[in-house]
Amino acid sequence: MNRKVIKILLLLLTAAFICSAAAAEEGRLKIATTTSLYDTKLLDLLEQRFEEENNVSVDTVSGGTGIAIQYGERGDVDLLLVHDKARELKFVEEGHGLERRCFAFNYFYLVGPEDDPAKVAGLNASSAFKAILDAGIADPEEVMFISRGDDSGTHAREKLIWKAAGLNYTEVSTSGPWYIEAGQGMGATLNMADEKQAYTLTDASTFMAYQRDIGLVPLVEGGDELLNVYVAMAINPATHPGVNCEMARKFIDFLASDEGQDIIASFGQEEYGRPLFFPARGNCELIGCPAEECAVPTTAACSA
Amino acid sequence: MDEIWNGFWQALELIVTLNPVVMEITIRSLSISLASVILASLIDIPLGGLIEFREFRGKRALLNLIQTLYSLPTVTVGLLVFLLLSRSGPLGGLNLLFSPAGMALGQTVLITPIMIGLTVSALRGVSPQIRDTARSLGASEWQLIATVIKEARHAVIAAVLLGFGRAISEVGVAMMVGGNIRGHTRVLTTAIALETSKGNLELSIALGIILLSISLLINLALSRFQG
Repeated sequence: MNRKVIKILLLLLTAAFICSAAAAEEGRLKIATTTSLYDTKLLDLLEQRFEEENNVSVDTVSGGTGIAIQYGERGDVDLLLVHDKARELKFVEEGHGLERRCFAFNYFYLVGPEDDPAKVAGLNASSAFKAILDAGIADPEEVMFISRGDDSGTHAREKLIWKAAGLNYTEVSTSGPWYIEAGQGMGATLNMADEKQAYTLTDASTFMAYQRDIGLVPLVEGGDELLNVYVAMAINPATHPGVNCEMARKFIDFLASDEGQDIIASFGQEEYGRPLFFPARGNCELIGCPAEECAVPTTAACSA
Repeated sequence: MDEIWNGFWQALELIVTLNPVVMEITIRSLSISLASVILASLIDIPLGGLIEFREFRGKRALLNLIQTLYSLPTVTVGLLVFLLLSRSGPLGGLNLLFSPAGMALGQTVLITPIMIGLTVSALRGVSPQIRDTARSLGASEWQLIATVIKEARHAVIAAVLLGFGRAISEVGVAMMVGGNIRGHTRVLTTAIALETSKGNLELSIALGIILLSISLLINLALSRFQG
């Protein structure tokens, strides 16, 4: 008798668990984000503020831009926060994204060991890459480059810079042991580069968060080649019925609002002595976003 | 090596001070894996019984297949269940992706081969005289299966424990299907993966120690229950 009661209780428990999980889906906004916004905890801060104001629970799935776009194409999330212009434009063009909205930017750094064996300090990004390639092929023991190798936004930028240097990426990546593909997130890649005293391309924010624990220094910074623009895209409900488009739009408007932009502008000031990200507000032209991609509030409507 | 020692102290500290975040993640890990192991037991133990007691063509091949699936990589199960539950997948309408229930479902799939396989082995170990006696007393097929399972309960409980161990310690399904969402689908193993990638090695070790302690407690409780 006793056992029967236990069995029934367990069954009920399982059923209740599954039902409650399914029911809770309603008031949720699902965001797939690139790791830099997440690992620096900027998104935590924005999320908390937004949750308080809108009585919604924000769920963030953090991964590279590659997997985030994949989630978006399948309609599994409501909003993307990514940083790879080519794939963003394609995403909107294919009807998965409602529109592209610029909300923040910073710069990529080429970081490396302090003694700079490939002598790249002061060069521009593509000449620095070329110098690392030459030095790496000549002496792979001394000069190494670690690539994210994970189709993230940072990895996409790395490929672009190789291209700008007049090189074929496939040939570069197979040209010798000096080129190492980590296949991991930015933090893990920085740790690996530190262990091996290698060069790597990193976004400024993740680097600043890690700077205290690693011995690498920024050698090349600034310039259009290293500009890093963060973009929000709501998933198009016409292509993916069932996504929470209204809430996604609200979140984008919140990011673009003075409140959101102020949070972005001041984030990290206290801890790192300077902000990790710059707001898009007032900088649209500088970062190459057309005015409508910066407009407040959002122009595109959810209903098709 | 300092990390392990410091991790141990940090684990103690997190447990003693009932750190709310760690408690929340731990309880979530426990309830998801318990749900999956209950669901899996309800399906797999009777199914194992049927396979053991029925003679049919391809039984050997089926058992071979089940045993092969013991080594199914957890990420592969995660990927399969992700594709099933994705909004573009066949079960997308259930809205279970990135939810604890979806994770429990994924872990159920993951541990099903091992639980069916071990149930079959457990029942095989029961003396044939017990089956014959039950049959001669006029037991129906299900009564027969129930009787033999009762006889083999120690071995069946071992199968359930192993299933629970595989469920609570896996990271592939939890990561792919759950998405490691803070406060919603973050469990011990995905938290360990995240903290490690962030370079917080001591916290990762601490969480690992907490996971092991839970398994120890459950094993102790069950061994008491087994007498």
